[in-house]
Amino acid sequence: MPVLTVNNLKVERGGITDLDIPHFDLEAGESLALLGPNGAGKTTFLLTLARLLTYSQGELLFKGQDISLPAMAVSYRRRLAMVFQEPLLLNTTVFRNVAAGLKIRRLDKREIEKRVAKYAELVRITHLLHRDARKLSGGEAQRTNLARAFATEPEMILLDEPFANLDAPSRDALIDDVQGILRQTGTAAILATHDRLEALRLADRLAVMEGGKIIQIGACQEVMNQPVNEVVASFVGMETVFSGDVLNAADGSFVVAVAGHAVVALGCVEQGEKVLCCIRPENIILSHDHALEGTSVRNNLPAKIVKIIPQGPFLKVHLDCGFFLASYVTQQSLENLALREGKDITVSFKATAVHVIRREKRAPLTAAR
Amino acid sequence: MDIIVEGLLKAFHLLFSLDREVLTIAVLSLQVSGLATMISLFLGISCGTAVALTEFPGRNLVVSIINAGMALPPVVVGLFVTVFLWRNGPFGFLELLYTPTAMVIAQAIIATPIVMGISLAAMQSLPKKLRLQILALGATRLQMLWILMREARLPLLAAVMAGFGGVISEVGASIMVGGNIMGYSRVLTTATVMETSRGNFDVAIALSIILLLFVFLINLVLTLVQQRERPR
Amino acid sequence: MQKGPIHKIILTILAFIIIICGIPGPVAAAEQKTIILATTTSTQDSGLLDVLIPQFEKKTGYFVKTISVGSGQAMAMGQKGEADVLLVHSPAAEQKLVASGVGINRRLVMHNDFIIVGPPADPAKIKGIKSTTEAFKKIASANSLFLSRGDNSGTHAKEKEVWKAAGINQEKEKWYQQTGLGMGQTLNVAAEKKGYTLADRGTYLALKKNLGLEILNEGDAILLNIYHVIEINPAKWPKTNVAGGKALADFMLSRQTQDVIKTFGGDKFGGALFFPDAGKKVEELGK
Repeated sequence: MPVLTVNNLKVERGGITDLDIPHFDLEAGESLALLGPNGAGKTTFLLTLARLLTYSQGELLFKGQDISLPAMAVSYRRRLAMVFQEPLLLNTTVFRNVAAGLKIRRLDKREIEKRVAKYAELVRITHLLHRDARKLSGGEAQRTNLARAFATEPEMILLDEPFANLDAPSRDALIDDVQGILRQTGTAAILATHDRLEALRLADRLAVMEGGKIIQIGACQEVMNQPVNEVVASFVGMETVFSGDVLNAADGSFVVAVAGHAVVALGCVEQGEKVLCCIRPENIILSHDHALEGTSVRNNLPAKIVKIIPQGPFLKVHLDCGFFLASYVTQQSLENLALREGKDITVSFKATAVHVIRREKRAPLTAAR
Repeated sequence: MDIIVEGLLKAFHLLFSLDREVLTIAVLSLQVSGLATMISLFLGISCGTAVALTEFPGRNLVVSIINAGMALPPVVVGLFVTVFLWRNGPFGFLELLYTPTAMVIAQAIIATPIVMGISLAAMQSLPKKLRLQILALGATRLQMLWILMREARLPLLAAVMAGFGGVISEVGASIMVGGNIMGYSRVLTTATVMETSRGNFDVAIALSIILLLFVFLINLVLTLVQQRERPR
Repeated sequence: MQKGPIHKIILTILAFIIIICGIPGPVAAAEQKTIILATTTSTQDSGLLDVLIPQFEKKTGYFVKTISVGSGQAMAMGQKGEADVLLVHSPAAEQKLVASGVGINRRLVMHNDFIIVGPPADPAKIKGIKSTTEAFKKIASANSLFLSRGDNSGTHAKEKEVWKAAGINQEKEKWYQQTGLGMGQTLNVAAEKKGYTLADRGTYLALKKNLGLEILNEGDAILLNIYHVIEINPAKWPKTNVAGGKALADFMLSRQTQDVIKTFGGDKFGGALFFPDAGKKVEELGK
């Protein structure tokens, strides 16, 4: 049974429809990323799901239970957690902040101490527990915020651009840790973000929002590779995305097994790891036979042309090499190579053109910055 | 110069001998101003918080009225309360004029806008999303209000001190509505004025010292609570 | 939450507050048992009422609220029915009150007198002059500093009476300063600035030790300060405590009280402050 089901949800204010979601499901243990530009309705959606915003109509089912009654609001909210972009900590110690949600639920002292210790360790702020929350760095504060949310052991967690205010190194470190916690606790999560790489790292499914509506929703690769319209396409970017397992890795380069093929890429990974690879269409070269073998292009795979879509000055070619790839060609190349739908062709790209995203990173336990 | 020295000597004498009349006056001061402050805390903090956290049409007007109330001249309050409580006035039947109750009423009217205005500013200065975050943590409305007030405890305690300070030192309204009746409605401030006008400076100084002592001690305690030592 | 020393302090304070508020305050006065007596600050400041009122309360069980304000306000309180009985000393205003029908049973209680005090150096050289009006004329012609209460009190009214009798328009003169303060304070200002002033004997005697001012004129009939007690007419103001007001007025005129008045101040000031006059006629008063 899905953790959350939404039917015909509408939020209207002053005649304007801020949110219009005919249907939405969140499965147990699933991480879903909500992508979209500012004003797309991501925050509105999350706040409505947390019942912090009133909706004009709609049905909300949490684990099958209708939670639309006003009297149920508090008990419902105690089963979930919400994390905002700003840490919004209370001016007291870090310990008391992490314990805030537990105090609200009137847990006893021992249980509170146990949970605070556990979740402080998971976000690596144990050494900060007795510090004044106002004296933390941005990264430390957001970690405290996350510990506070996870300490309540929610059945669902909503995150509204939680990493947006952090500098790049803090962000990366924190995303890794959150990834780990989500996997460990198996909590269903919805993450709103405008950064597609963040979405790719953390989410199983992607939903793209615009103007208060979900325009496209599906597995990451599906949405990234087959945007349903220009709006989605402009937001998810143009790279082709595919996933595979690392066969062997050495000296900064590695081989990924994807649909029976071996793809060479660059990066620091470990054997057996599952990774996502992204390639921009302009980096994919089409040729006949093995024209590029022996050159600096390390990857040469046989493929079949599935579709050719004219896109103004160039053409987009959809290819199937056991996995989906997209390439751009000029009209000239189309004629020179006599490209046609259904034809066999060789697909080539350099190892340096493969952008790698690690899905499961296991880093040594060190204190957070 | 002699008169000041004499005054101080008399002050110590009165204080240490626990002169009965002085004691009565001092205790009454605390009772009247203490009660008035508590009433103003209850009304002021609740209304100030409510206005701070709610949107409603005409809110700006209400806020300006509250802020104007902070500068309400105490003697004006005294005059109006007197007129209302006059025997032949609208509330004359209550027979409250020239009683300590009337003083509590007047002082509460003086202190409430002060506490309300500062509480309003205090609660408004909290980040807007904090309220949502606290609710998201599963708080009931009451829990949320309590947590928000704890967050704003610095300015809220300042409001308490301002309210108390305003009324323990108030004299004009207290004389008007209380009548400065010995052993009944005479408090430190009104007694000081009376003794000064009679030329009994030594007694007046003694009463002033007691008043200062109260003000200082009570504010000391409130400040300690406000500035509670934080862990490093 | 940890229980630190702060919690103990807060609890102690709360306990203290509760105890303080629990102390039985002054007994709430029941309706008919309360009498509102409007009188003047100078009367109250003399200390006479501090002796008489407790005697009355003990004897009758009434609770007297003595509201001492300026003479003008006392008369106004009577006029508006906000008092049950008045003890005042402004004959002109009193007569108006009686004429309006609001004041009834106006009876003579006692008198004291005013004196003219000034610096021992006596720059206007008024010492020895019998007539007060003459003395005032001399002060005016010498442009000597004169302090007035300027607060429409009985004392101020008397002072203005003397200026008028002396034919002097003193209001705008530079040497004439109005303090707007009570008698004791005005005396202190006069002492500081070494000026003349008109004061009631009682307040002067009470403060004499620290003042450094001397009595430079006394005894003239015009300086007599005559006290009457006036009850309020229930026909005009039904809420008046008639029985109470009458009881207090009668008490003022009783033999016992008159004796107290006669001897009041003797030991403290070395001379009686007031002269009991119950039953006499106004014209009979004076030296």
